[in-house]
Amino acid sequence: MPDLGLDVLLKGNNFFRLLEGLLAAVKISMVSIALSIPFGVLLGITMTGKNILVRFLTKLYLEFIRIMPQLVLLFLVFFGSTRSLGWNLEGETAAVIVFVLWGTAEMGDLVRSALTSIPKHQYESSRALGLAKRQTYFYIILPQTLRRLLPLSINLVTRMVKTTSLVLMIGVVEVLKAGQQMIEANRMNSPNAAFGIYLVIFILYFLVCWPVSMAARRLEKKWG
Amino acid sequence: MVLDNLSLEVKKGEVVVIVGPSGCGKSTLLRCINGLEPIQSGSIETDGQAGMVFQSYELFPHLSVLKNMMLAPLKVQKREKKEVKKEAMELLKRVGLEEKADSYPQQLSGGQKQRVAIVRALILHPEILLFDEVTAALDPEMVREVLDVVLDLARQKRTMLVVTHEMQFARAVADRIVFIDEGKIIEEASSEEFFEHPKTDRAKRFLNVFRY
Repeated sequence: MPDLGLDVLLKGNNFFRLLEGLLAAVKISMVSIALSIPFGVLLGITMTGKNILVRFLTKLYLEFIRIMPQLVLLFLVFFGSTRSLGWNLEGETAAVIVFVLWGTAEMGDLVRSALTSIPKHQYESSRALGLAKRQTYFYIILPQTLRRLLPLSINLVTRMVKTTSLVLMIGVVEVLKAGQQMIEANRMNSPNAAFGIYLVIFILYFLVCWPVSMAARRLEKKWG
Repeated sequence: MVLDNLSLEVKKGEVVVIVGPSGCGKSTLLRCINGLEPIQSGSIETDGQAGMVFQSYELFPHLSVLKNMMLAPLKVQKREKKEVKKEAMELLKRVGLEEKADSYPQQLSGGQKQRVAIVRALILHPEILLFDEVTAALDPEMVREVLDVVLDLARQKRTMLVVTHEMQFARAVADRIVFIDEGKIIEEASSEEFFEHPKTDRAKRFLNVFRY
């Protein structure tokens, strides 16, 4: 067995620090997701509206967020807000703002496409059976939309969890940053630690995202 | 304008079949009666609810066959669940699908879906049934099983307004044939008279297409 430098993890409270970093990452992503879902649903419904100006503005917002690399958005909010607005945002706060902006845009587009993918005939046959507009939405359109939405939004959730690794660039000590600190600190006495620690981080990310994907797959099967 | 100065009366227990070239306004007529298409002028009077069966079945994919049937009776007519379920099962049995009660639409063949769509309309006890080219999307070998159900309903003296391209079937099921072209009624006659002795040239030309 090659030396993976795993002993570094056992030094002091290193493993605990790694978990703490993971917690920071999970916290940022969970708060962002919890906010992005309701905002995204509202945005998605807005995007299916008839008003051309509203549709143009929401589309512009979506494209802007999509085109911008998340890292640029992070720098823009974290450093930009300090320089131009004089705000002194915490790294975590800046991260949540960026992730909510991004998550809302992506979620909004998913909701929009799920809503518009329900065939017109579904509305019609529901109406032909005498269901009122609200009943049609509640019993026919919404359940089908949710089913289409689920796999796509789970994909977004795991993407958001993974992308939290960028927030180390604005000084948040999340799991990757904690790992880097340990590797740096032990460069002399345990030069192989980089391998072992990144392996552990890999496993930690996997342990967070895998159950989410599994739950989604199970639901998908049940609803398929 | 799709329909122009069109007047049509269907008596209780009568089966009226509407035929005519594609795009003549047949389907629009049904959709107007059912309120799916707005009318600019004129009026539509029915003694009660109209039940409609579409060309593409339009079952609700997220609900089982039984739930597809029970949704409207429970939520619109506010009927009692036990009674609705009993009637749903009886109807399914009548069209030979009682084993499919808990299946989902994607597990059914086209013909089976269309039979479910028919009983889903029937369970609401509509005064009149509207059939909009119910066999047009089906594989040929499944057309029969659906038409048999419609024929059976005609024998029970259900009031029906049927749009179809199946001339043999139209002849078998209709009390009266209404021939429409360009949004107008061109000819109206009993089934036999229309097919044996069409009066107008347009009807003759139309029927000729179906003879080889």
